[in-house]
This record gives sequence, structure tokens and C-alpha cells, in this order.
Amino acid sequence: MLKEILKKPESFYDTFFRKPGANPESTHYCPGCGHGVIHKLIAEAMDDFGIRDRTIMISPVGCSVFAYYYFDCGNVQAAHGRAPAVGTGIKRALPNSIVISYQGDGDLAGIGGNNILQAANRGENITVIFVNNAIYGMTGSQMAPTTLIGQRTTTTPLGRSAKNEGYPLRISELLATLEAPVYIERVAISDAKHVLKTRKAIRKAIQNQIEGKGFSLVEILSPCPTGWGMSPSEANKWVDEAMCKYFKLGVYKDVNGSAVNNNTPAGNIAITKDEIVSLLGSNKPKDEKKFVKPEADENYKNPRIKIAGFGGQGVLLLGRLLSESAMLLDYHTTWLPSYGPEMRGGTANCHVNISDKRIGSPLVSTPDVLFAMNLPSLDKFENEVRENGVIFINTSMVNRKVRRKDVETVYIPATRIADEVGQTKATNVVLIGAFAEYTKLLSFESVLSAVKNIVRKKEFWETNETALKKGMEYVRNNRAG
Amino acid sequence: MLRLFMKGNEAAVYGAILGGCRAYYGYPITPASEIAETAAKYFPQVGGTFLQAESEVAAINMVYGAASTGQRVMTASSGPGLSLKQEGISYSAGSELPLVVVDVMRGGPGLGNIAPEQGDYNQIVKGGGHGNYRVIVLAPNCVQEMCDLTKAAFELADKYRNPVIVLTDGFVGQMMEPVVLPEPITEFQEKPWVVDGTVKTVNNLISSIELEPEDLERHNIKLQKKYKTISENEVRYEELYTEDAEVILMGYGIVSRVLQSVVDEARSEGLPVGLLRPVTLFPFPTNKIQELSRTAKLFFVSEMSNGQMFDDVRLALEGKSPAKFFGHMGGVVPTTEEILEQLKMIFNELKE
Repeated sequence: MLKEILKKPESFYDTFFRKPGANPESTHYCPGCGHGVIHKLIAEAMDDFGIRDRTIMISPVGCSVFAYYYFDCGNVQAAHGRAPAVGTGIKRALPNSIVISYQGDGDLAGIGGNNILQAANRGENITVIFVNNAIYGMTGSQMAPTTLIGQRTTTTPLGRSAKNEGYPLRISELLATLEAPVYIERVAISDAKHVLKTRKAIRKAIQNQIEGKGFSLVEILSPCPTGWGMSPSEANKWVDEAMCKYFKLGVYKDVNGSAVNNNTPAGNIAITKDEIVSLLGSNKPKDEKKFVKPEADENYKNPRIKIAGFGGQGVLLLGRLLSESAMLLDYHTTWLPSYGPEMRGGTANCHVNISDKRIGSPLVSTPDVLFAMNLPSLDKFENEVRENGVIFINTSMVNRKVRRKDVETVYIPATRIADEVGQTKATNVVLIGAFAEYTKLLSFESVLSAVKNIVRKKEFWETNETALKKGMEYVRNNRAG
Repeated sequence: MLRLFMKGNEAAVYGAILGGCRAYYGYPITPASEIAETAAKYFPQVGGTFLQAESEVAAINMVYGAASTGQRVMTASSGPGLSLKQEGISYSAGSELPLVVVDVMRGGPGLGNIAPEQGDYNQIVKGGGHGNYRVIVLAPNCVQEMCDLTKAAFELADKYRNPVIVLTDGFVGQMMEPVVLPEPITEFQEKPWVVDGTVKTVNNLISSIELEPEDLERHNIKLQKKYKTISENEVRYEELYTEDAEVILMGYGIVSRVLQSVVDEARSEGLPVGLLRPVTLFPFPTNKIQELSRTAKLFFVSEMSNGQMFDDVRLALEGKSPAKFFGHMGGVVPTTEEILEQLKMIFNELKE
């Protein structure tokens, strides 16, 4: 029996081969440090649960950065404070692994405060061991978020003051306010009785994960004799008397949760190559159908087009219709929007290129074709249009003529026509009809197909088709010469 | 052939899924948000994970965790987000983790604006995090390449156990073009180094810490050797009419598209110009630049930055050829017309 108890857990390495230096049998921790005891409690639990092979230990930054010297399991070392985020990535990839995030107070409550908060709030099915010793040990005894009021550290030489540094963070209480965590307890390892309680808490936190219950965290008040400038026995006493007074021991949350259904995809899952390709292709307009490419008039070939108007007039959509119709006719094409806050009101414009050849710049600075859907657009872009270019003017919204004499003009009351069709929003479809008829670059069939690709609601197809026809008709009937 | 009309940002997700990526951790930011949105839609449908992280830093560290398990994983952002992700990228370079980050650049510094810029070149190509590391940088200039190069990024990342960054700009991310879907990757090489919660890998460690200076130097030397191998084997570029070109235009991303138009126009006016467009920014096509410097009289570099890649061109030239820079910042995109004007001036000077 005695032999059993003194045995090193199998979840520890026999010799600490990763540890540099002359003494691979002993740990790097200082005499009286709490980490060794906590490590042992975890390793014993790993042994007893038989989970060593599937355990992945995340070492933090701090004294326990070298936890991987000791734990004979998969080991991942994380950046300062990020262990819960790293653990999230691991656990979601490997739902059957046992992920233990081992963190100190600076790591968890300071630099990684948001990471632990959010991982807890998501209810990640991981186990967090939070070692609170009220100080930054590794870097030389600086103040931690959990340093007590009045406690002297190298960065609070006169003692922590609430006025300057605020109050010590009570992490267990804080996290216990969240819905998702299933188990949060604060324990201490100041004496044998407390160690036994800690042992139980660690086991419960691991068991919860094994059973898929969700997020568990054990906060352990732990001595740091070196950092505190105390003997080990004084340090244990300080845990009991000073720390436990502010950080009350106890169970802060214990509910029988079931883990948030992490990472379970909905519906049918595309796995094979064909399934994936058809999934990715399914939601996008396809150009499988063959369309007859009309013979465009010479002056209108390879146009660089600018479309401008109010946000909400269907400016970007008109551009997409032009591009997608062109794609259906095997043209090269690009569509470039003005994006960001601009699209949420105010003016909008987009640039479209349609070409027989590979398209260089998608940016249209001297358009061959301008769609002026409102007056400000005509005012702004009229002078950019290339000599002999074409301007399509929505006369329902523009009450003046084009001033330039060296460009072609197509005046069309597009919004009025759309209104007559019964759908103001089809203004852009009227305009593309006018464009198709005027330039012969796009065919009725290609535009209609693009409309059906982009406009998802079938009830609008008929009005859009009528709008398209009306646009074409208007140009046919009013074209000079 | 099936062509799909989509945004560059969407295409990156398509490329990722076809490249075997099955996890996405990200944070919204204009002009990259469609990447997260498209990933949110498709990743669960291919049995993958999508999670909107609490921060850019969390996202890259989730990616770090997933990559540790051997899963193909990615994140995406824009400049301000990349500044934050540098922590995780440095750690990943140190731990030699394969992962992919897409950076859709916007105007800077600071919050800047959401217009396209190329001011992230230094922080991405030179390694914006701490330490002596490099990441492989791919620079797509069209929507098809957003798909193809993102797919390729996962292969390169695994091949070299190294982070790969797909560096592009707001225009390439936001513009739509037809895309032909490439074949999905179905065969994956073994990764014996991973930590995947099995007996086979129980002795593995993912870590970037090496306490002893000599050990860390050894690790660094190993990394430098890897970067040298990458430099020797993975340079990609595209050239256009370079054989008889007296002036070589250089630019990447959207600027290279403008330069394509410039070359076409210039050639039609009888000006002997060519285009050298780096597709990989690390490794940089140094040898190709040196080769062209033997025949060309001048290198003309255009960027939407203060000349960050220009520095690398000059380093590659070692003073053997003159080089000129023309750029815009703040989201202003150079136009074909203004670059042509510059070129005409240059040719006049060359004649004199």
C-alpha cells in the first residue's frame, strides 16, 4: 500500500528528458512551490481515468511554461494567456481528446482575461486548471491581477493600492455568472486536508470533460515562497490566512450540463470530391447553358462601364447583371463595387469590364459607357466618359441634358417604365435592356438568365422579364436614325 | 466549362475547402468579412468547424491549436487584424505549424480606411512579429487566383511546416470575376509531428520555447535552412513581354492588373515595356530580376504603398540597374493613364 502511494504517476515521464541541465530527475520548480503538487494531482487523475494517451496538456507562459517537461501525454505550449483559445482549436478538431489548459494568474486573469471569459462562455468542453498565487513568478515577482491589496511586489513596491491598481480579480466568482460553465470551484493546497479537496476538484473537472459535460475550471490558491519572499511554511500559512480571506474557497458553479453541441455540422455533410464540388457550385449562377453571342457594334466592343446612382437604386446589381450576362456569353468580365459604409446610403457606383481579351485593370477611370441613374452621378462622371462613349441617362431622375457634344446619349425614363411594370426596383433591368438593345453586346436570353440567377425570388421573374423587354423596346422605338 | 461568378473573398473560401481546409477561426473586418461569412456558410456543410472568435488574437491562437492537431486550418483579416495576429504567426513560425492566413489589405496606418492598399507588405513579407522567421507569401491578382492560391497555400504550408499568408487587397477581395473550380485535394501527406490525442503522437510537443541559447540558435539555423530551400524551390512569378523590354514594370496584386493594361497600351504605342509580377513575395523572384536586369534598361515599380516592395527590388538589383517608383497610398489606386504618362517621361529620359 505504502509503495503504491509513493509511486510516481505513469502520466509523468520517468526522467524529464526535455529539461536541460544536469538534473533530469527533479523539477524546475522552487522548494515549496504549489505547481509540483498540482501537477501530481493531475497526473494521478490521468492515470486513474486511463486517459493519458488522449490527453493534450496546454502549457501556458509563466513558471508552468515547462509543464511539458513532466506530463507524459501530448503537449502543446501556448502564447501568454491564449491557452483557452489554443484549447478551443484543439478540442474542436479532436472532440475525443482530453484538453487540459493549465494557467497561472497573470496568464489567465491578466493578458488572457478575454480568452478565458469567452471560452467559458462558449462552454468549451475543456478542463482549466487555474493556479492563483497572486504574483508573476517567472518574470520576478511582479503584480498579478490577483495580487492582494497591500501586497508588495516588484511593481508595487509600496504594496498594491486599490486606488492605483484596482482590486484583485475574483475569477471564479466572475465566471460563475456565465450560463455555459458547468463546474467552477476554488480550492487551496496549503495543507493535506486542502490538497485532498483539490484532488477531488481536479478529478471532477476532468470527469466532466470525459462525460462531455462542458467547461470546468478549478482555481487553486497556491503558494509561491520565492515570489513572496517567505519560507514554504510561511507561504502555506499566507495562503490560508491572507488569500483565503479574500478569495473564498468553495463551489461557485456545479450544474449538470451537457456540452454545447460543439462542431456538429447540420444536415448532409459533403465529404466526397463530387459532393464538395456540387455543394460549392450549387449556390452560384452557372453558365452551363450555351447562349448565342450577338454581334456587337464595333464602337461598343470591350466596354469599360461605370454605373452610378443612389444607394438602393440597384446600382451594384445592374453591374452584376451586366457581368453575369457577359459571362454567359463567354466574355471575360470583372465587377468592382464601391464598398463599405458607402453602400449603406448615399451614392454608390461600380465598375464593369466586358472584353474578348483578358482584362487588366478592373478599375474604370475613363468609361466607354456610363449609366447615370441620378443627377449627381451625371454631374460627377459626365466628363470622365471617353470621346464617342455612351451615356445612359435615367430621365426619371435626371432633369437635364448631357452637356457634352462628343458622346452618344440614350435618354430613357427607366424608373417610370419600371413603375409601369409594377416594380420600381426593376429600374436597373430596364436600363440593362436598353444597353443590350443599343450595343448588341448582350442578348435578351443571356440577360434574362442572369436575372434569374441573381434574383432568387421567382415571383419577381415575370416583372423583370417585362421590364427587360420594355427597356429594349424603348430603345428600338426611340433610337435616332 | 463551369464558371461561377463570385467575389475574391468568396473564392478564397472555395479554394480553402478544395485545399482540404476544415476549420476556420476568424473575426469580422472590412474588406475581408465575406471570407468569414462564406466560411460560416460552407465549413459546417463539409464537416468542418467555423467559429467567430472573440478577437483577432484569439482567432490566430485557435488556428494555432487546430494546426497542432494536424488539421488544415485558416483565418483571414485585414491590416489592423493582421497587426494583432502577429503574435500567433510568430509562435506558429517558431513551432513550425502549417496554417493559412488571408490578408485583404486596406488603408493604414492605424484605422486608416477600408479602401485597398498595400501597406502591409513589410509586416507580412518581412515578418511583422518577433524573431528571425519568414512566412511564405502568395499574392493573387484576380478572383481565380484567390481560389487557386489559397488552395495551394495549404499544400505549401504542410510541405514546409510553415505559415503561409495569402496577401491581397480590398479590390481583389471585393471584385467579382468568373472562377473555374480547381480539383479538390484528396491525398494528404502524413504529419508524424502532430499532437492528436493518440498513442502514436503521445510523445510529441508543439512549442516555440528553447531555453538554452545554443539550442535556440540551432533551431533558428534550421529555420533559415528551410527558408533557403523555400527560396530555391517555390518562387512564382508571371511575366509579360519581358524578352525585348527596355523598361520592366513590377507590381503585385491589383496593381499588376493595372500594369497589364499599361503594358498593352504602351506596346500599342510602340513602347518596349514588359511586366514582371511576383506571385510569391517570399520567396521573392530575385534571380529573375537579376536576369532581366541584363537586358532591361530600367525597372519601374508601382505599389499602393510608400515603396515597400520597391526596397526588395532594389536589393535584388544590387545597384546594377536603375529603378523608379510610382505609388499611391491611403486607398488611391494608380490608373493606367497616369502610369502611361510616367512611362512616356521615362522613355524620353532614356532617349536623352
